[in-house]
Amino acid sequence: MVRARFRDFDWVLLGFVLMLSVISVFEIRSATAMTKFHGFQEKQIGFLLVGLLLMFAISLVDYHRLLDIAYWAYGVGVVSLIAVRLVGQKVLGGRRWINLGGGVHFQPSEWVKLILILVMARFFWERVGEGRTLRWGDIGKAFLLIGLPLFMVLKQPDLGTSLTYLPILVAGLFLGGIRWKHAAILVLSVVVVGGIGWSTGKLLKPYQRARVTAFINPDSDPKGSGYQIRQSLIAVGSGGVWGKGTNKGTQTQGDFLPIPYTDFIFAAFCEEHGFVGAIGVLLLYFLILVRLIQNAQTAADPPGTLIIMGVMAVILFQVAINIGMCVGLMPVTGIPLPLMSYGGSSIIFTFLSLGIVMNIRMRRFVN
Amino acid sequence: MDNANIDREEKLSPVKLHATQYIVALIMFVLGVGLWRLQVLGGTNWRVLAEENRIRKVPVLAPRGRIFDREGRIIVDNYPSVTCYLVREQKNLDADLPQIANGLHLTVEQIQATIKHFQLTPKYQPIPLKQDITPDEQAFIEAHRNELPELETLDEQRRLYPRDGFAAHLIGYVGEVSENDLNQSRYAAYSPGDVVGKFGVEETYDEVLRGVDGSRDMIVNSHGKEVGVRGQELAQPGQDLRLTIDLDVQMAAEKALEGKIGAIVAMDPHTGEILAMASRPTFDPNQFSVRLSKAYWQSIMENPDHPMMNKTIQAQLAPGSTFKVIMTLAGLQENVAQDMHVECNGGASFYGHFFACDRHHGGVDIHNALPYSCDTFYYTLANKLGIDTIARYATSVGISQKTGIDLPDEAAGVMPSEQWKLKTQHDKWYAGETISVGIGQGAVEATPLQLARALGGIASGGVLRRPHVVFPSEITSDQLSAVQSTYPGSGDKTVPLTPENWQIITDDMANVTGPIGTAAAAHLEGVDFAGKTGTAQVMSHNALARSGGGHKTEPNAWFVGMAPRRNPDIVVAVLWEHGVWGNNSAKLAAQVITAYVNKQRTKAGNLQKIATKPEETTPAGTGGTAPGTPTGQ
Repeated sequence: MVRARFRDFDWVLLGFVLMLSVISVFEIRSATAMTKFHGFQEKQIGFLLVGLLLMFAISLVDYHRLLDIAYWAYGVGVVSLIAVRLVGQKVLGGRRWINLGGGVHFQPSEWVKLILILVMARFFWERVGEGRTLRWGDIGKAFLLIGLPLFMVLKQPDLGTSLTYLPILVAGLFLGGIRWKHAAILVLSVVVVGGIGWSTGKLLKPYQRARVTAFINPDSDPKGSGYQIRQSLIAVGSGGVWGKGTNKGTQTQGDFLPIPYTDFIFAAFCEEHGFVGAIGVLLLYFLILVRLIQNAQTAADPPGTLIIMGVMAVILFQVAINIGMCVGLMPVTGIPLPLMSYGGSSIIFTFLSLGIVMNIRMRRFVN
Repeated sequence: MDNANIDREEKLSPVKLHATQYIVALIMFVLGVGLWRLQVLGGTNWRVLAEENRIRKVPVLAPRGRIFDREGRIIVDNYPSVTCYLVREQKNLDADLPQIANGLHLTVEQIQATIKHFQLTPKYQPIPLKQDITPDEQAFIEAHRNELPELETLDEQRRLYPRDGFAAHLIGYVGEVSENDLNQSRYAAYSPGDVVGKFGVEETYDEVLRGVDGSRDMIVNSHGKEVGVRGQELAQPGQDLRLTIDLDVQMAAEKALEGKIGAIVAMDPHTGEILAMASRPTFDPNQFSVRLSKAYWQSIMENPDHPMMNKTIQAQLAPGSTFKVIMTLAGLQENVAQDMHVECNGGASFYGHFFACDRHHGGVDIHNALPYSCDTFYYTLANKLGIDTIARYATSVGISQKTGIDLPDEAAGVMPSEQWKLKTQHDKWYAGETISVGIGQGAVEATPLQLARALGGIASGGVLRRPHVVFPSEITSDQLSAVQSTYPGSGDKTVPLTPENWQIITDDMANVTGPIGTAAAAHLEGVDFAGKTGTAQVMSHNALARSGGGHKTEPNAWFVGMAPRRNPDIVVAVLWEHGVWGNNSAKLAAQVITAYVNKQRTKAGNLQKIATKPEETTPAGTGGTAPGTPTGQ
């Protein structure tokens, strides 16, 4: 039985996280000021408070109990994904939400992300515990485990969220002891399959395909996703070194930057606070991620490490993709920036994951 | 259990965990480089793009200069009109087209055609969709500002011309600059959609009248909605122009031409200022102010009497007996006509051909040849002088040369000569052809303006002036020389004329409206009214006989009149197509001169209104002479 030590609650990590949250609230406020979404910062504050509550709550539960029910939770997760397909609300041509009534929406795909981290941790812990490197069978099973929900989410359609399952798999394989040879083969086959899937157009929906094309050449689609990239580049670039000042981002205020409060919140921030501000935020993320790795290193046991690394992988992946998208290094994918983008599900997931991290850290001293 | 734990921990490679930190750092570094490139290196570039996103230049149209007559009375004005413009920066225009078409009472095809017409202009410039929109169309645009942000209205000034085509040919009209125009150097600074003068004064003085458009830099958001103004350049209104036209004389000229086909031009020979210029049939320039209807354009183009032709300067026709004044000039200056005596028995034979004269005038000399308008005398004179001498004098007073009036599309007319025939018909000139030239038939062709200038100049002692419709003082000297080089002509000129010859010619012309003259019926009591009639055959006698008659076969009736006879203050040339007798045109000229004289007398405080003889017009189409009425030739 490990005893929870509250003074080991990672106040430093919480500090960094709260700093980002505050920046996020202000940025959402400024980004939505001139649009019909003004006032969203208040909702964000609400989400943050709920998130904090959940974070504290889950840190009370011993993570080993969570691991025990991991496979059951997986089943529940898959069921909820099926439920979304059947009774989900059709929004923007996709079913991603279940309306629970009272204005509460539930996005199972985020919930499933958390479950997958737990599942992955347990799966690879069991293999590592057997003291060997991974065999093809293990790799295959891991793929299936992650792949099933991934495809279900992909078909919603929600390419962005489905992609965030991948870093979980990668983290698990990496830490679970995959052999270089296997890794190389995997990478190669992904490239080949991806290439075939791309050229036959089977893999991606047309608009998703267009996004990638637009990424490679934004001017080929100046009205669609090329437009989004272009506007983002303009917003980020025109911020210059010092930015235009809070609430003075002309692209954001003029409504040129699309969805500035979610996907492109970083671009809006860059326009207002320039290179200096951008590097500052980047630094915060770096500190958070490094802190997470440190917590992983000091975890009591491998599953703890695996869980934290899973969380870290997801956050790193989202940060890289989202900020990369804002600066034109990545195609538009609809992946929100954790802790900064507006959105309840993302906040809840992030804080829950952080709660589990706290959880693990608090119990790192085995007695 | 502890041992097992320690074993398990070791299986989870700490190296890998450590390495992950470096991976994170690397990713952050790459992102940082991306940011550096955008914000530090390319900052200014992107800022410019950001600006372009949101600044839209809206033109502030300069009102065009108004046009006045010589006394400052307004002829052409502007009226306020609202135009609907289409902004093309929106992302999905096509979806809105049906709604827009409905609200503006257009068809979707019309809108698409307009968009296509302007496809070469930069996308941030709005294009005109519909001009002169009605209040309900304006209301439609206002009501749908949010759903249809691509519609904008602009207050403009449109041209308001006099009704019923009054002075239409003189003034011209304005329209959108055409693709052809844009290729000319003159219009190099213009862009599609610009309104430019076409025809008449509007065209010649376009640069003066048009002013300079201003612009407003509007700040817009991505929906095209204006959220602020960044700056503006004020529009410079066009310069108003004062024409040499006298509205009172112009009205008399227009009234005189009512119901007829032809032209009247009145000029002050001292200066060359045009006092009136009217041509029939006419067109309505107001139709061109807004988008011209195809039906109207077709009706104009298909009218066989050419409403768009300014006949005062474009109608090149045989002048008939008005040419005899020039013959008289030539004959006297050559010292041939002074002592000529001819016995007129209804014609004479030359080179085996009989040339008829209208009457048997009996004994004719230089003092009654002109009032009688005796063809026999002038056949003889022509024969004596020879074509080249005649041509020399005729060209010296401007026949076959443009006058250089400041209006576009002036015609030069024709003066035959040996050289001319060689050049144009590769044939030699036969002496027999000179004979009909002597009475202003044959190959000679002149415009009413040329005749006005020539005869008015002769009556002014041989001083001819460049006709013009705008006072030179109204424009800068640079603009003036530009106009004059655009419209070259014989301009200001002096021809030799001895005082004696001058007296003979002018007295002769005065006698034309006297008792023995061909225009006695146009006599004006108390006015020294001189002139010369002309009846120009439009067909040869043989052709006439074959044709069987009809209105269009009747001769053209000319009259060039002036007052007073020497150094006249006004000369009026009248062309009445198929008016039959020059005498008929003389009466029209008399109307114009009456208006002029009355006005001068009113201004001088001395109104002794002129008593005119009751109207006695020989009806067109009768062809023959009524007994007792002097025949007009």
